[in-house]
Amino acid sequence: MPKELLKGNIAFAEAAIRAGCEAYFGYPITPQTEALEHMSKRMPELGRVFLQAESEVAAINMVYGAACAGVRVMTSSSSPGVSLMMEGLSYIAGSEVPVVLVNVMRGGPGLGNIAPSQGDYNQMVKGGGHGDYKPIVLAPATIQELIDLTVIAFDLAEKYRTIAVVLADGSIGQMMEPAELPPMRELRQVAERPHWALTGAVDREPNVVSSIYIDPVEEEVFNLKLVEKQKQIEAEEIRFREMWIDDAEIALVAFGTAGRIAQSAVKDARENGMKVGLLRPISLYPYPYAAVQQVADKVNRILVVEMNGGQMLDDVRLAVEGRVQVDFYGRMGGIVPLPDEVYEQIEKTYAQRANGR
Amino acid sequence: MHSGQMGDELMTERDGMVETLIYTKPVSLTTGATHYCPGCTHGIAHRLIAEVIDDMGRRESTLGVAPVGCAVFAYDYFNMDFAEAAHGRAPAMATGLKRVSPDKLVFTYQGDGDLASIGAAEILHAAGRGENITVIFINNAIYGMTGGQMAPTTLPGQKTTSTPSGRDIEVHGFPLKMSEVLSQMDGAAYIVRRSLHDVAHIRKAKKAIRTAFEVQEQGIGFSMVELLSSCPTNWGISAEDALTWVEEHMVPAFPLGDYKVHESISARKKG
Repeated sequence: MPKELLKGNIAFAEAAIRAGCEAYFGYPITPQTEALEHMSKRMPELGRVFLQAESEVAAINMVYGAACAGVRVMTSSSSPGVSLMMEGLSYIAGSEVPVVLVNVMRGGPGLGNIAPSQGDYNQMVKGGGHGDYKPIVLAPATIQELIDLTVIAFDLAEKYRTIAVVLADGSIGQMMEPAELPPMRELRQVAERPHWALTGAVDREPNVVSSIYIDPVEEEVFNLKLVEKQKQIEAEEIRFREMWIDDAEIALVAFGTAGRIAQSAVKDARENGMKVGLLRPISLYPYPYAAVQQVADKVNRILVVEMNGGQMLDDVRLAVEGRVQVDFYGRMGGIVPLPDEVYEQIEKTYAQRANGR
Repeated sequence: MHSGQMGDELMTERDGMVETLIYTKPVSLTTGATHYCPGCTHGIAHRLIAEVIDDMGRRESTLGVAPVGCAVFAYDYFNMDFAEAAHGRAPAMATGLKRVSPDKLVFTYQGDGDLASIGAAEILHAAGRGENITVIFINNAIYGMTGGQMAPTTLPGQKTTSTPSGRDIEVHGFPLKMSEVLSQMDGAAYIVRRSLHDVAHIRKAKKAIRTAFEVQEQGIGFSMVELLSSCPTNWGISAEDALTWVEEHMVPAFPLGDYKVHESISARKKG
């Protein structure tokens, strides 16, 4: 496929369609609404399901219902809308049905604003809804990565019967970049739907999709099953990018848009003779703890950059386990840091690299 | 297929004795006991739905959505594919199921707290969209599973564990009349209220459930049958007195009747 100039929100919506998304349910919220609009036109054209729900609460439960039928289904929203979806997401996790969610994060808490933010890291990565579960969370830094991770999200959601979240932010949703869309996949036939799906109890015992385990012993058995699944996900689905780590004296750790800005700043620092590396986690759950730890073994000091008050910072500290000093630079409230700001922070951390260990 | 009706005769041999069964369990119900309290009308409602689905020959192409409340385990009692919804969200979940499975009959089974309180938005919009699903609404004027608190349909003056002096309309306002409310939606095709307090009314309820599923089968729109039901346990009276209480207190407050019957249904019935 040739590269096209694509807006992020439209790019992930079209990528989902090509990945075989059969149904989309959503509710308008800035800065992701173009995705819903794109789906409203394209899905009916293709004979697939689009429905604008009365709320995010309803949207996620429509997604839940469609997922029970064994179809590839998704929704997309932004921070306050995703908060409303947390009830449904917990039920979905408790029922082990595959669902894809794209969260185009914006400034918060509360109504906040519509500018780019990474303030939902904890909410998405640590579970978010009630009970013990963790969705797979993938964080793109470019439109191409947004497209690719959306396709991967559908495959991972089905492979592990889990929620797969693409965690973008307002700048990725709104900006345009040249990117390549995947080819159109053929849709799965009804007969090819999963064995557990609600397709009508013909020549088999009825299927029940439920998140209820009234006996605590059974609930714990189920919880342990999720834990086992998480172990497999943690072993097989870690994704990250490293740059200039080999001879680095300090390293930055940043994800998504902050990772992209950090990359610009690190490149400038390299050009000015500073030995700086970058680790950009792509899978936020499962988090690349081992990769961060290996970086901590090589460098003298780490700088974490985020568009929040220091949420992934906790995971970096867990990985580093006190090996080196971890500095933090964050902008909040919908402010996107400039590469120059990050560069200044690199200079500060670099100047103190001798006493980081 | 026609099962579970009086007059069906089934000969079985057990322990050397020949039994003649004249009243069998519908195939659309599973065997075994339910967890419902003695005298509760959930069992009657389950059976009516199952008989209708049997009669329509649709057990293998029906998908149910269970609520949160006393009927939370409905999926154990209906012998068909089932999903268990979050509290009040059954109409949204059924919408998702139906939209991707248009050839299936999809129904929700919801109590008054589920449908009229926490799920008021979901039921209103499902009706407004004319969502082609069937809703069986059990109204017993109280929260059963949590132990007898005020429901959105609790009557003025009715004592519950959260209105110990009786529902004070100055504090808690008035009960919601959902059949009346939903009948105002253009998307609603069939909205009726029936009662389960005696045999004659139970027969009428079954006819309404049949019509509601037929409305869905023919793609006419949203259908709901509200069933006035008893809760002897949480009302603190005997099973028999509870049926009398439905007749004497609930029926006047929630009048029985056809609140919305799409013209194509009434035309068909006349024809």
